[in-house]
Amino acid sequence: MSLWVAGIIILIVKLLLVLVALLLFAAYLIYVERRLLGFFQLRLGPNRAGPWGLLQPIADAVKLLTKEDLSPTGADRVIFLYAPVVVAAAAILIFAVVPFAPGWTFRGQPIPGVITDLNVGLLYVYALSSLAVYSVALGGWSSNSKYSLLGAIRGAAQMISYELSLGLSLVPIVMMAKSFSLVDIVNAQARCPFILLQPVACIIFFISSVAEMKRIPFDIPEAEHELIAGYHTEYSGMRFGLFFLGEYVTMVTLGALVAVFFLGGWRGPWLPPLLWFLIKVAAVSFVIIWIRGTLGRLRYDQLMHLGWKLLVPVALINIIVTGGVMLAWGYKV
Amino acid sequence: MHQRRNWLQISGRAVAGLTDAFAIVFRHLFRRPVTEEYPEFKRVLPARTRARIILTRDPDGEERCVSCYLCAAACPVSCISMAGEERADGRRWASWFRINFARCIYCGLCEEACPTLAIQLTPNFEFCERDLLTMVAEKQDLLVDHGGKNNDYNFYRRAGVDMVGGKGTHIGEAKTLNIKSNLP
Repeated sequence: MSLWVAGIIILIVKLLLVLVALLLFAAYLIYVERRLLGFFQLRLGPNRAGPWGLLQPIADAVKLLTKEDLSPTGADRVIFLYAPVVVAAAAILIFAVVPFAPGWTFRGQPIPGVITDLNVGLLYVYALSSLAVYSVALGGWSSNSKYSLLGAIRGAAQMISYELSLGLSLVPIVMMAKSFSLVDIVNAQARCPFILLQPVACIIFFISSVAEMKRIPFDIPEAEHELIAGYHTEYSGMRFGLFFLGEYVTMVTLGALVAVFFLGGWRGPWLPPLLWFLIKVAAVSFVIIWIRGTLGRLRYDQLMHLGWKLLVPVALINIIVTGGVMLAWGYKV
Repeated sequence: MHQRRNWLQISGRAVAGLTDAFAIVFRHLFRRPVTEEYPEFKRVLPARTRARIILTRDPDGEERCVSCYLCAAACPVSCISMAGEERADGRRWASWFRINFARCIYCGLCEEACPTLAIQLTPNFEFCERDLLTMVAEKQDLLVDHGGKNNDYNFYRRAGVDMVGGKGTHIGEAKTLNIKSNLP
């Protein structure tokens, strides 16, 4: 009985720690992105709030929380008010299956380095990342604004298109790890991270996840110059903040997923596993910011061409080749 | 004529172009930002920068303004108002003069309209206030004890005095000619 209670307490503490760490990481990712983009463009970025501007995310949070919560006339109020919750919740929930450390032992009891080790973890990730489409589509539609609606339509089309290549790119990983569980996938990379065995899958997954995040060069759903802010044009205050937070939590989560699927998760020499995991997530995030500082926005037709005519066929060929090689080398199924 | 390339050449060129772009952006991380951080670093502004308005005096220490209302008429946002009066010796002056800086757009049209170079714009732009009413400047706030950009110009000596010194006594005025002695 006492063991059971202790287990619950440890689980709750771990949940809180992971949630706080995830939100802090996302908040500071906004700061890092603004500073890095500034440096890329020979500017300084935000450097006034606190030393080196480190209190900027807190100042932003206070500002967003104290702003007026507007909803436009003619908006579908219930959907309008709850759409941003979906994107933030889905992004945070994905992290439940991401293993961030090998685990610890506390008084002889093992504490796994993951919130929950689902045996269908990968499907869970797909399901939740698909849910974000609802937030975009419903939020844009319920705003009763043409900019929001255009952004939502583009967003839904883009996210549904790139989900295909996102899913197909990970099939070879599942074939090689022989499991849907993210913990098993990390364990399968004990000898060699999958980026060396599956570079094509890694590139496809990375491009597709940038498209899922709706970031440059795939940011036509929120193209500032055409659509003001796309699907969240009409949102203000913390509801806009939730969209914003969801976007950056998604960035952290997809960075973590790239780390888990291709970079060996928390595995690495010399440094503690948790630190390796954070370094890998930060590195993926840096590359995403770097891309934003370099590339322009794809046109709608270019976006669809890239997704349907290049990434999906290449991902399918990659699956067939992987299967053929595994058969030829006599992999036991 | 357009030359056809195979897909390997095309993708090779694309990768080379992308690598170049990414390398250039990365190198910018290590360059010094060009930002001038304003409150700590203040750039010296040119003398003719248009910001806070002053009323200047001529070299004799008299107010240049003769209250002709031309600046008020030229002002596109009607932020200048005044009342003209005449002194005992016949020189005009503004008994009160008011500029609403909350409304002023610093276009400089008043300075161009002024015939006596009395109203001038200065580079001082740091006078924002939270309360709009404190932005209304009265004559004592505007009047300075120098000639601004034209320190030695004296309008009154040239054209302001009516008949005090008699004809031909003003600066730049030709000597009076005896028309009777000018016969052929």
